Amino acid sequence: MQLVKRRPLPPQLARVRSGGLLPLLAILVVLLVLITVRQPDFLAPASLMSFLGRSAPLILLAAGQYFVIVSGEFDLSVGSLVTAQVVVAARLIDSDPSRTWPVVLVLLAGGLAVGLVNGLITTRLRVPSFITTLGMFLILVGAVYLWSNGAPKGGLSEEFRRFGRRAFEDVPLLGRMPYALVILLILATLAVLLMRSDFGRVLVAVGDNPRTAELSGVRVHRTRTIAFMLSGLAAAVAAILIGGYSGVSFQAGAGLEFGAITAVVLGGVALGGGRGSIVGAMLGALTLELLFTLMNFYGVSGALRPTVQGAIILFAVAVSTRRSTSR
Amino acid sequence: MSDRAPVPLLALRGIGKSFYGVRVLDGVDLDVAPGEVHAVVGENGAGKSTLMKIVSGGYVPDGGTIEFAGRSCVFGGPRDAQRAGIGIIHQEFNLLPERTVAENVYLGHEPKRRGLVDRRQMLSRTRDLLATIGETTLPADAVVGRLGVAQQQVVEIAKALALDARLLIMDEPTAALADHEVELLYGLVRRLQQQGIGLLYVSHRLTEVFDLSDRITVLKDGRRVQTMPTTEATAEDLVRQMVGRELSSYYPDRAAPEDIGAVRLAVRGGGNRKLRDIDLDLRAGEVLGIGGLQGSGRSALARALFGVEPFTTGLVTIDGKPTRLRSPRAATRAGIAYVTEDRKGEGIVARQSVLDNALLASRAVFPVRSGRAARTVRVRELLATVEVRAAGDDQEIRFLSGGNQQKVVLARWLALDPLILLFDEPTRGIDVGAKSAIHDLVRQLARAGAAVLMISSELPELLGMSDRMLVMRDGRVAGELPAGSTEEDVVALAVGTVSEAAA
Repeated sequence: MQLVKRRPLPPQLARVRSGGLLPLLAILVVLLVLITVRQPDFLAPASLMSFLGRSAPLILLAAGQYFVIVSGEFDLSVGSLVTAQVVVAARLIDSDPSRTWPVVLVLLAGGLAVGLVNGLITTRLRVPSFITTLGMFLILVGAVYLWSNGAPKGGLSEEFRRFGRRAFEDVPLLGRMPYALVILLILATLAVLLMRSDFGRVLVAVGDNPRTAELSGVRVHRTRTIAFMLSGLAAAVAAILIGGYSGVSFQAGAGLEFGAITAVVLGGVALGGGRGSIVGAMLGALTLELLFTLMNFYGVSGALRPTVQGAIILFAVAVSTRRSTSR
Repeated sequence: MSDRAPVPLLALRGIGKSFYGVRVLDGVDLDVAPGEVHAVVGENGAGKSTLMKIVSGGYVPDGGTIEFAGRSCVFGGPRDAQRAGIGIIHQEFNLLPERTVAENVYLGHEPKRRGLVDRRQMLSRTRDLLATIGETTLPADAVVGRLGVAQQQVVEIAKALALDARLLIMDEPTAALADHEVELLYGLVRRLQQQGIGLLYVSHRLTEVFDLSDRITVLKDGRRVQTMPTTEATAEDLVRQMVGRELSSYYPDRAAPEDIGAVRLAVRGGGNRKLRDIDLDLRAGEVLGIGGLQGSGRSALARALFGVEPFTTGLVTIDGKPTRLRSPRAATRAGIAYVTEDRKGEGIVARQSVLDNALLASRAVFPVRSGRAARTVRVRELLATVEVRAAGDDQEIRFLSGGNQQKVVLARWLALDPLILLFDEPTRGIDVGAKSAIHDLVRQLARAGAAVLMISSELPELLGMSDRMLVMRDGRVAGELPAGSTEEDVVALAVGTVSEAAA
């Protein structure tokens, strides 16, 4: 081992430098160019800020999904969790502003609780997480319908909705800065720091080889359960933003679990765990949102979204498998 | 005696086999006469299993000929060998537990009537078959899963006979049996012999070999050392022929008596699913070698001590204090480190960096013991001390050689300052240079006061490194040997030609 005298880069940065994210950044740039060709003012502060604010929920969900996937599991329950949270929030708040903050806390706690259940069932009962979270997905969908008798009740307070639709006005240079973007930046920073901490490094090791981790003293079950809880928490925050931005509906979170998984895969994170960075996962979500924006500008039907996502998942996994086996 | 039999049932001539350029079998000759029990003995890796797989059609030999019942044969697969009349009884049974004895015996070739399975005929034929080998107490309609291991073995044998097997290969047939069941097997083997069926009998246990066989063939490093009538063989000869190699390589000096300290780890009456009556004292400053055959409980012992498959009975004390080692984490906290034999499967996290691998246990078990920066500096120093050769410590560990990977694993544990180190085959699959580096490290650790337990299949390594040795057999400690013992001493204890008292 050469003892390097200069201060070496932290592992995360080293990985960024080593080119893992270069293909993704290239795609990102190409998409931006294609969009500005069609819509020259897309990169103007106002529209860019609002685009980033709109993208915040998917980026957060991708970060949450990253924790789970990098530890070697899946979380298919986040989409229906978002829907459930939005519907529950509407009914609990029932347009009463004074209930805003208590309900926000309830939602965050609910997200953590759903993650805890997902984690415990997956690790303690040894149900594959694909099945666990698929079951949770169905349970949440059914429970929400049952609880609201088929139509959302109540309404969100304006105080609740501001997280998703309001912005800091008159910010120098940028003009308008959505609350959603601020929340995203804070949480994304925390997430990156978490992945650099002991917990983060151990989480990746668990996904890479749970046997080795176990034999090195890692509490594998607990670590994975925490990953599910982080995903649930991300879903709760996403629900708050989505509820504010687009209001209450049974479609609020539809398909978001696949959006998040597509984003994570696009970000170069290996399904099965052990490889990939959280920055990649979040950039993957951004890329996906850009792609949808592009489709929109070019008049491609929104109905094609699932098809595009499916194609991306297949393509990205095929490429990454090829890359890792050819080495 | 059958070595004078005019027409052998099976005649192997010059059988050779290589895997990836490594010669596993080289010019092996072997005959089995009808009604003969021919035992094949040898160390782990001597080529016994490969030879049996060739006879039963599992592998195609690179060279040599197989003659069976006077005809030259080429087996393209196990089915060809079966059709020719060769059956194999594996250590692991190949039975459907939910089905009856008769259904298992005739699996895949059920007697039919008008296209449907004729259950009545299947049952009666099974009864006849069982009667010919003297098994009248085993009901043909019993569900196999409810039978004992010995009876399941009978079903396996009947299954082979239902295919008109004239040669049976038995691979370690007593490995799964309790002591009283072995007697039953002996009777069964005798009756098969009377039917004129030839038996190839593979076993580590010399007692059985002497009790049952007519002739013995010793394999060593893929070659036949000798074939002799059992009446002319002695256990000592066999052991010498099985081992027979020179002690040549260099090992670090052993501990001086004054370097060996108090008992650090003690086990009294330890037992679990794989181990029984384990008594063990591991002292500070010593390297205690653990010998024994594969499956004798060596690894199970290390895994019990590390809490992977903990002892369910007995008492473990560390520095005199009773300690429960329920999990690897608990063992790690108690100051124990474990270097596994399966480096790839459970020793490294392949796609993480050298540094992440070396930090794994520290991060998981003692995340807040010291400042993170100081800890990283310390681990970098350790990596330098054990002389890991890598492009940098952010290189993924999978690109390193086996020896360097092992050094990283070692650094991972050294970062925790363990008092007790358990090494399971620490130099397996490692090149010669790295091997002696690891030997030196192990000895340095002992000199620094650690208590070291080291498992090795390689007898020269075991003898060269150990201050004393325990040899395991059938999940028990078969005996203890002092430094300076010979390979023959170890093998004799491992295969059971001498009892504990004699050692």
